[in-house]
Amino acid sequence: MIQNVWLIPAFPLAAFLIDGLFGRRWLHRWTGIIASSAVGLSAIVAIGVFLEVLGGQTRTTVNLYEWIGVGDFHSRVAALVDPLSSVMLLVVTVVSFLIFVYSNGYMEHDHGFHRFFTWLSLFVFAMLILVMADNYLLMFVGWEGVGLCSYLLIGFWFERPEPYVAAKKAFVMNRIGDWGYTIGMITTFLVFGSMQFTDVFEHVGIATQANLTLICVAFFFGATGKSAQLPLYSWLPDAMEGPTPVSALIHAATMVTAGVYLVARSMPLFAAAGPSLAVVGVVGAITAIFAATIALVQFDIKRVMAYSTVSQLGYMFLALGVGAPVAAIFHLATHAFFKALLFLGSGSVIHGLGGEQDMRKMGGLRRKLPVTYWTMLLAGGALAALPPLAGFWSKDEIVAAAFLGGYPVLWAVGILTAVLTAFYVTRAMWLTFHGEPRDHHLYDHAHESPAVMTLPLAALAVGTVVLGVAIGFPPETGFIHRFLGPVAQVEGIAEHAPEAATILVLAAISVAAGVLGILVGLSMYVRHRPDPAAVSRAAGPLYRVLVNKYFIDELYDRRIVEAFRAAFGAMWAFDVHVIDGLANRLGWLAATGGSSLRRAQTGIVGNYALTIVAGLLVILVVYGGYASGLFTR
Amino acid sequence: MTIDHILTLLLAVPAIGLLPLYVFRNDPRSVKQVAVVTTLFELLLSLVMLAQFHVGDAGFQLIEQADWLPSLGIRYLVGVDGISVLLVPMTTLLTFISVLYSSGGAIKDRIASFMAAFLILEIGMVGVFVSLDLFLFYVMFELMLVPMYLIIGIWGGPRRIYSTLKFVIFTLAGSLLMLVAIVAVWLASGDEGARTLSLPELLASRGRFSADFQFWVFLAFGLAFAIKLPMVPFHTWLPDAHVEAPTAGSIILAGVLLKAGGYGFLRFALPLFPVGTQLWLPVIIVLSVVAILYGAAVSTVQKDLKKLVAYSSVAHMGFVTLGIFVLNAQGGVGAVLQMLNHGFVTGALFLFVGIQYERTHRRLIADLGGLANRWPLYTTFFGIFVLASLGLPGLNGFVGEFLVLLGTFKFSGVPLGGLFWGPVAALGVILAAVYLLWMFQRVMYGPVREAYRALPDLSPIEVVCAVPLVVLTVLLGVFPQQAIAIIEPSLQQVLRLATDPGFQVAIK
Repeated sequence: MIQNVWLIPAFPLAAFLIDGLFGRRWLHRWTGIIASSAVGLSAIVAIGVFLEVLGGQTRTTVNLYEWIGVGDFHSRVAALVDPLSSVMLLVVTVVSFLIFVYSNGYMEHDHGFHRFFTWLSLFVFAMLILVMADNYLLMFVGWEGVGLCSYLLIGFWFERPEPYVAAKKAFVMNRIGDWGYTIGMITTFLVFGSMQFTDVFEHVGIATQANLTLICVAFFFGATGKSAQLPLYSWLPDAMEGPTPVSALIHAATMVTAGVYLVARSMPLFAAAGPSLAVVGVVGAITAIFAATIALVQFDIKRVMAYSTVSQLGYMFLALGVGAPVAAIFHLATHAFFKALLFLGSGSVIHGLGGEQDMRKMGGLRRKLPVTYWTMLLAGGALAALPPLAGFWSKDEIVAAAFLGGYPVLWAVGILTAVLTAFYVTRAMWLTFHGEPRDHHLYDHAHESPAVMTLPLAALAVGTVVLGVAIGFPPETGFIHRFLGPVAQVEGIAEHAPEAATILVLAAISVAAGVLGILVGLSMYVRHRPDPAAVSRAAGPLYRVLVNKYFIDELYDRRIVEAFRAAFGAMWAFDVHVIDGLANRLGWLAATGGSSLRRAQTGIVGNYALTIVAGLLVILVVYGGYASGLFTR
Repeated sequence: MTIDHILTLLLAVPAIGLLPLYVFRNDPRSVKQVAVVTTLFELLLSLVMLAQFHVGDAGFQLIEQADWLPSLGIRYLVGVDGISVLLVPMTTLLTFISVLYSSGGAIKDRIASFMAAFLILEIGMVGVFVSLDLFLFYVMFELMLVPMYLIIGIWGGPRRIYSTLKFVIFTLAGSLLMLVAIVAVWLASGDEGARTLSLPELLASRGRFSADFQFWVFLAFGLAFAIKLPMVPFHTWLPDAHVEAPTAGSIILAGVLLKAGGYGFLRFALPLFPVGTQLWLPVIIVLSVVAILYGAAVSTVQKDLKKLVAYSSVAHMGFVTLGIFVLNAQGGVGAVLQMLNHGFVTGALFLFVGIQYERTHRRLIADLGGLANRWPLYTTFFGIFVLASLGLPGLNGFVGEFLVLLGTFKFSGVPLGGLFWGPVAALGVILAAVYLLWMFQRVMYGPVREAYRALPDLSPIEVVCAVPLVVLTVLLGVFPQQAIAIIEPSLQQVLRLATDPGFQVAIK
């Protein structure tokens, strides 16, 4: 099965071509079925591949052909199948399949139905290339490919300005990150003479500390773009302009985790590069708490989830930074399920309310959308890290790893963020599903989604409940550690083998943080003690800062973009007036010079004779002067 | 199938086509048919030529020669190597597409003269890429100028006279300098009676070119090529020429004519004047990086679609000169690929801007919008070319730019080093995404405008024009190795000549 690993991306690619070429004219609704089946087939092959890797084939390279080879540079289209990539293949295909099925219902009445599935298939193809690639250059193909699909799908409803503005913002911010990726990738080649993961990681020793630091910082800058970390995070909340299944698949479960995957994949480099890992951890931690505070005060249900995603991705980078890549990938996997579920659930609510996303107009919906409510409740619990739900096991490992790795400050930030997380998820759930309906018109017309949408919710809910226990128990020694451990095990990073008592205490603190957040949330929203409105009034300036997302968007979109626009405008003016002006002035000079000289051509023979005589005189004088040595010193 | 004298045949076919064109000059229908058939035949012939080319050989192939001006040592000498052999089919394809598109109704006035200009232009363009004698090259270089002068000046927009004069004066200024340099090279090439302008013989006698001589001669050649490319600060003729040129003229101008500059560097300037190359290299590298950033920055604030694409060409051609002058295999191959890819992609962008203009009669970005909903085919094609132009991996534009960047990172023979200029040049890639996507969204996205609601999507002829370009855009992105295998041996040969250690001593 591993030799057939290329079938996994081949199915979505075929679906992309079929839907793209024939969708608009002939296939119509069939496009959804074709795309979903293709991804389903990919998932089946991915399961097969996973089982074989599990069976002991821990590193296989499947080469297709040489892509670019010039001089001493060679890169190929080849897949690296190892535990890390097989887990990613599994997560991507399974979650994608469920979201594809869901989309058949969600997008049912959209006139761009075929376009949606065409691009979604292309996205899955690109994402699979990203996780399968055996070298940095091919990975970059997937990396940019998912960025493109993200652009296309955020801007899916391109007749309104908000989506396409958000789409461009996403692509450009990703490109800024890709600048870092490009530098990292090319420097890797210069240092190691190859871009292939296996070549590079086996020869980490030949690189100097400075080289490694440059490579890692550059790659991490790329990761902050793709995975929406500070300072390149602000495209992700805007990306919610895309259809909700897109938010679930691309902007929660898969694409945004690419940066985490990149760093996890490059762990041997990062581990050897000293301070680089600390940078990753600190940026992750700051992003986690930063985004969580913004999520506290948002009223758009999808924006809450978006900031939550930024925050959870921060946790994953925190894990990478404290040297716990397995915990990061573990959290990546569980997060893919519960956050996809939260998004699809939000989508179900929005679908049921005919497009309304403002939580202030919801309330009491649990009676109208029971399946959505219960599945989302589980996912919310997982996000708040309540045992035994999946999020608990993975998040707990991350904060524990921070503590055990000797980063008490990062641990404290992790715990504090956990309180905030539990609070905002409680708030979102309460405002949406509990209390009294605040908009009766909307409430009366609300309806539960069809089975094609609720079944994927249920399937994701199963994952949300069992995944953590299934692969993460017992903590630190669970299946995921045994499976991924050998890949992630690199010099410079010791797998922690702490005592059971320590683990229990840390877990207890972590759970207590979650429960505290939930209790505060319930107290405020159920019993109005303290009343949220009063709190926001009392917090005054702080509240305004949070509602305005720390004014970062103003800074980026207004100040910085405006400054660049002014500078570029000035350059154009320079081009027109100075460079071109000079050229035109030269032309003018030639023209006026010519017409002035024309006056010498008087047509009077006497004048010409006079000039001839004058010329002769000059020549005589000069020649005579030279001949007699008058001009020589 | 082997055809003898195929390069001469390639130069002859457009000339032969002129005859029926003249005979049927008063019947537009026949004129179009003759022009389309001639350029199609030329295209097929160039593909046969490509098939006859032996991949892997570094030297010149399919050589033909005849005495021309024997007393001056000037010969008719043509041949192709890995660097030129792909540029010829690119030329014939773009010419065919230009003629086909123009026969679809874009040109209504004096169609016979228009087509004749294109056939003559084709002789000049193919001639530039196959000439191995400096004099022949010069003749072909100038032969391209005249028809393009007429194409812009007669079938151009409202400011066509200003623009075409500017184009001609700029180019002529450069090529006259080149002529002087050619005479100087001729004088220096040997003793009385043994002088020559044939490239192979000049290479054998290049040891006679002193360092001072190379400095000045390289400057003269370099100026001619820099204006043609165009490099900053000699680029201002380009936006004006493009804005006024008819669509077919823009396709050829951007697609082929600019390449004569980059090609000239590789074919003549580098191998003949290694010392001159070394002396001028830092200047050219800095100007290339400036072109990449400056062209891109100015593109972002353009209001006119054609100007935007024109300025983006300045940035893209910056990658060509950068790749050539970092003097390594990756940079050089990347530069040649970039020339090819820019030919297909920017040619296509101008084609699509033209198609759009034909319908809306608007070229200002602010006047457009919402076209995506009415024109799904147009949007798809245009979108693919935009993505290729901004260097999306998997499409062709990426391969050339990536290799050039790689070569730049590697290169240390310039102040501050490749690790400075490489990342700086890479910033241009960010800007490309900004100006292209911003343009795309303002033109294609947004609500449908009433005025454009009834306008039709691509016509069959337009689809025929676009499909080969899309196919090449994808193929050269996914399977570039076939092209690289053709280019690399000859490019390595040029690099060996340009970095010959025997010449290094002359540099201080």
